[in-house]
Parts: sequence; structure tokens; C-alpha cells
Amino acid sequence: MSSGIFYEWFLPGVWITIQVTVYSAALAGLVAFVVGIARTHRLWIVRFVSGTYFEIFRGTSALVFMLWMAFAFPLMFGWQFVPMYAGVLALGLTYGAYGSEIVRGSLQSVSAAQREAGIALSFTRGQRLRRIELPQAWPEMVPPFNNLLIELLKGTALVSVISVADMTFAAGLSRLATNESAPAYVLLLFSYFVIAFVLTRIMRAVERKAKAGIGQGGGGKGRFRGLLALKLSPEGEMRQAKTGTAGGQG
Amino acid sequence: MPSENTPSPAGTPAESTETRAAGAELIRFERVSKRFGDNVVLDNLEFSVDAGKHVTLIGPSGSGKTTILRLLMTLLKPDEGEIVVDGDHLFHERRGDKLVPAGERHVREVRKKIGMVFQQFNLFPNMRVLRNITEAPVHVLGMPKDEAEQRARELLDLVGLTEHMDKYPVQLSGGQQQRVAIARALAMRPQVLLLDEVTSALDPELVAGVLDVLRDIAHTTDITMLCVTHEMGFARDISDTVLMFNEGRVIESGSPEKMFNDPDNERTREFLSAVL
Amino acid sequence: MNWDWSVVEDFMPSFWDGVLVTLQALALGSLIAFALGLVWAMAQRSHRKWISWPVTAVTEFIRNTPLLVQLFFLFYVVPTFGPSMSPLVTGVIGLGLHYSTYTAEVYRAGIDGVPVGQWEAATALSLPRRRTWTSVILPQAIRRVIPALGNYVVAMLKDSPMIAVIGAFEMLGEARAFSNLTFTFEAYTVVGIAFILIAYPASLLLRALERRLAQ
Repeated sequence: MSSGIFYEWFLPGVWITIQVTVYSAALAGLVAFVVGIARTHRLWIVRFVSGTYFEIFRGTSALVFMLWMAFAFPLMFGWQFVPMYAGVLALGLTYGAYGSEIVRGSLQSVSAAQREAGIALSFTRGQRLRRIELPQAWPEMVPPFNNLLIELLKGTALVSVISVADMTFAAGLSRLATNESAPAYVLLLFSYFVIAFVLTRIMRAVERKAKAGIGQGGGGKGRFRGLLALKLSPEGEMRQAKTGTAGGQG
Repeated sequence: MPSENTPSPAGTPAESTETRAAGAELIRFERVSKRFGDNVVLDNLEFSVDAGKHVTLIGPSGSGKTTILRLLMTLLKPDEGEIVVDGDHLFHERRGDKLVPAGERHVREVRKKIGMVFQQFNLFPNMRVLRNITEAPVHVLGMPKDEAEQRARELLDLVGLTEHMDKYPVQLSGGQQQRVAIARALAMRPQVLLLDEVTSALDPELVAGVLDVLRDIAHTTDITMLCVTHEMGFARDISDTVLMFNEGRVIESGSPEKMFNDPDNERTREFLSAVL
Repeated sequence: MNWDWSVVEDFMPSFWDGVLVTLQALALGSLIAFALGLVWAMAQRSHRKWISWPVTAVTEFIRNTPLLVQLFFLFYVVPTFGPSMSPLVTGVIGLGLHYSTYTAEVYRAGIDGVPVGQWEAATALSLPRRRTWTSVILPQAIRRVIPALGNYVVAMLKDSPMIAVIGAFEMLGEARAFSNLTFTFEAYTVVGIAFILIAYPASLLLRALERRLAQ
């Protein structure tokens, strides 16, 4: 990679990648909680609508959706997104759907006894959700959220396909300009790895804090520690496999 | 462990509720039936409990004792019949001059008069001991935080756990957790306290501490208690009335002296000779 | 918005070509992922540090970097020192390799899920190590991982459009070429819906399979 491309495209590209990751993660988090909670709602119509959202976005390929947003959407509706926002929207809505499965599953794993204790103390549904169920479900959510965040980071590379100048885009430019691709792509792969590593460290700190919040300090019990992605328990791993694909309102 | 002479609970339960003539009817089951599938758990059940009384429900497991408590707490809905608490229907409310199925708000209002202690404690693991006790008074009753904490300290003193108030539930023994759960229920100043086999999940050596606390509350307050237990000694100690259940019906009731020493019903006699 | 069915009609022949490529890539990619994943899983459990460590490092690296970039790497960088491959072959290897790091975790979970008592029983019977794996542990592990593996096939299906960027014209690639040529939007929409139409029944099927195997 020539130093020109490195300074003018790659470094700004790193920043774009980080921005896209942060924005899509924020959107995905919002969607995950809203849809995930809606999927445990007592009214069937709310569950149905949110469940449909989940099934549709789980069935969609993020790349196809992104290209559709970038190219088909403007032709259909005569209105064009800034490419970066088309990317953020596509990633946020898709990964948010996956995240909703994490939220729903964790909420359901809060024991019925806790709900009953909340009823016995006359809390409203909203209070039970906010003060009892969500705080207890939160530590359960963090490890799978970490893995989803890494998936999202990897997904951001797709925005290069709709011409957002992220770091993958810069590597492509370098290949075209210099006819030499090895250094650019090796650098690129390691850059993603480093960002993933940093994100995992942050999420581990979040997890420790979440655990401490329910009086379980120290390392998680029965959880295998990988280099990066949080290794989940056998049941957790099976559940994670389902999050992005099958499963659903089983 | 709370010693025998724990300080008498300064202004503990039920003292805030308008004082009623002792003996007024507080809870009434009106022909309540409950089925799970084909299994009839309660069959046209009728009984009432007067304010300030301590009533113990005994009977073989599966006879519907716990179901009664869970219905009162609205954790279950009856298939037929109605429960009246302090003059209010629990599952219906008056709209105009008609009785309609109760809305969430009505149920909550009536339910505030009832507190419950569970077999498995069900403390909130995400809150420290003190907050377990203050959470509902602050957010349900709208009590100022200082006042709620002050009261929680008094209650922790009553159950002998003042020094544990900053711990999380997982850091306590089962017996300690159950005493916190008792304090948590009392913090809502309920008129009725439901005790659902509160010592069944405890190691034997921890049972006495919990029962001591409950005895203390029974003898020093005018709270109404409805209690399902297998601890016959405790039942004899605190009860005004003992109800014997079998197959969804009350087959015999009476004072503990009568029930434990000289029951009329054959089933009662069999049951007691098996457990005593 | 004016939807034009004749555009859809024009696109259909290329669409079916694309479906064929997608299915090929998916089938071959899955085979690689299933086989390689098992190799990774067993190597990671090896007591020899010089095997388990490098394998863990490599699989973690692959799992934590984007498939899209790996495809570029395989297609543009690998030929500079190794074999050059057709876009489809590159795509299949890329998908298989990437997802093998996921299936490895599934196998690991499956193997960990076999009760310790089974290992102890095998030891008590003095079964050789190889025999313990092939006749005791793996048969029990595989059964419980099948649904999870199936789920990764569906995930792979949704990532398969990425191979279009290196010129393997599966569904999306066809739609893109067609739309660029005709300046229309229907093809993208058709492909988008096609993915949902394949993925949803597939996930229902997996759910049924899982329930079946759980019995």
C-alpha cells in the first residue's frame, strides 16, 4: 500500500468502519430491546407484529438488503439515502432482529418465581420489566451480545460494496492502484482483528460489571474463555447458532 | 438468629391500616373452584378468615392448600367463584351497578392488602438486601426513600439481619434469605400475610430461626396470617384455627387443641398420625 | 413506484442461473465447513500444546475477521504465492473455511455436552482413545449438534451473496448485473424475497428437526 493511499484512504477508512460499527450497534441495540420486549408482550397482536419483523429480517441477507436499500430503494421511491446511512440502516435493522432473539430468550429465562414475587409486591407490568426482569436478564445477554457485536463489525465490511469508503474499500483501492494486494489485505485483516479484540475487552468489562450487579463477582461460572469471542456453554452455543437462523418462538 | 426477646416490632404490620374491629371478616372464598385439566384442585370451596386471625391449612400434598394462597395472590385465576378481600371482589370490579372482570389496576389495589412469603424465598438477586425491602414501598406505595429505608432497617432488626443489609441475596444462607423475604413482605404493611411452606426449602438447622421470627410476628402484631405448613408444632403454636383439607374441600376445622388432640374426622386423624 | 412484471420476467432466466450457483456454493461450502470444523474441534482439544494452540489462534482469527475480506484475500492475494482458483471455487473455500470456525464451536459444545461419566466409563473399560472418540463420544455429540449445524447452513446461505463480489454470479450477482444493465429495481427485490422464501421454511424445518432429535 502506498503511503498516499494509507494516509488518505486507509486511516480515514478505519474511522469510517468504527463509525459504522458504533451507529449500527446503537440502532441494533435499540431494535433488539424494542422488538425483543415486544415479542414477550401479553397481547398477541404485538407479539405477531414483532415476530414477523424478526422472521423477515432474520431471513434476509444483510448484503442483499443493503444493496436493495442503496440501489432499488431510490429507484422505487425516488429518494436516496446517504450511502453510509443505507449501510447503517441495513446492518442495524438486520442485527437488531438477531439481537431481539437474545433479549427475548434472556427475558424468558428469568424464572416465573421472580415474576410472581413481583406480582405479590403489587408491581405493575412495566415496573416488573424494568426493575426485576430486565436487570436480571442483562448479565445473561452480555456474552451473546458480544458475539453479535463482532458479527456486526464483520458485517460493516459490506458497506464497501455500496461505495462507502471504509477500510475494506481503501484496501480495494490500493489493490487497483498499485497492483499489489498482499500488504493491503494482510493489514486489513489484522485491523479487523484488533478492533474485534478491543470490542471484546470492552464487553468483558461490561460483563464483569453486570455480574457484580447481581452479586456474582469474579469469572463467569462454567463459561469457557476463548481468545476473543466469548465461548459459551454448550447450551449457549446451541442457542447462539439459532439466534441468527432458526429457533424463534419455540 | 433472632433471640427470643427480639425488640418488639416498633410499629410493624397492619398498624397503618384503619383499625378494624377484631373479628370482622377479612377474606371470604365464595364457591371457588379450580381445575388443572381434569384434575379438580378446589371444589366449590367456601371459607372465611376474620381479621387478625391466624389460620393454618393442613392436609396431604395435592389437596389444594397452596392453590388457595396462589389464588389470593392472583397468581392463579379461579375457574368459578369469587374471593372477597376486605369487602372488595378480587377478580371483579363494580362498574356502574354491574360486576365486570377486574382490570389490572383494581386487582393491584386489592392485592396491596396481601403479602406473601414463598417457599423458595424469591428474593430479587439483582438487588441488595436493603433494596429488596425498599423497592416495592418506594415504587408501589410511593413512600419517600428515607422513610422506606428507615422502615426496612427496623424490619431487618426484627428478623435479626441488620448487619447483612448491604449483601446480595446469593451471599446469604437460605434461612437468612427467607427472613429477608418476610421483612420484604411486611414492608408493604399488608393486612394479610400468606406463608407458603416457608420452611420446606430450608436445611433443618435453619428452620427454627425462621419460625421464631414468624412466631414473634404472630404474637406481637394484629396481622392476619394464612399459613400452609408441614411444621405441626409451629401450627399448634400460632394458629387460632386449623383447616384440614382433602381433595379440594375443607373436611374439618377447629382450634389447634381440638384438631391436634381430638379430631372428629377419620381422614384428619389418619393424616395427623402420619405426620406427627 | 411502478412495479413492472415484464422486468421480472426478463430477469427470471438469470435468476435461476443464480439460484443454481447459490445452491452449489452452499452445498460444497457446507461439506467443507462440517468436515473442517470437526478437525478444528478435535485439534483444539488436543493435549499437545503445539497442535491446540496454533489451531485455536488461526480459527479465532478467521472467526473474528470478515468473510468478505477473506474472499478478497483468497481471490487476489493467494494466487500471488499459491494456486489461482475460479471465483466459484474461491467462494466455496471461503465460505467453507469461514463457517468451519463456527461449526468447530458447535462440535466443541456437542462434545462438552457428553456427560463426563461417558469418558470415565470408556476409561474404566480400557477403551483405546481412538475407539472412545469414534464409538462413544462422537456418535453422542453429533446427534445433538445436527440442528445447530443446520442453522449455520442457513446463515451461510445468507452470506453466500458475498461471493458475487469476486465474480461468482449467484443470485445477487445476477440481480446486480441485470439491474445495472437495465436500470431497474425489480431484480433486487425478487432476490431479496427469494432469500426470505428459502430461509424461513428452512428454519421451520430445522425447528422440526430439532424437536424430533430432542425426543
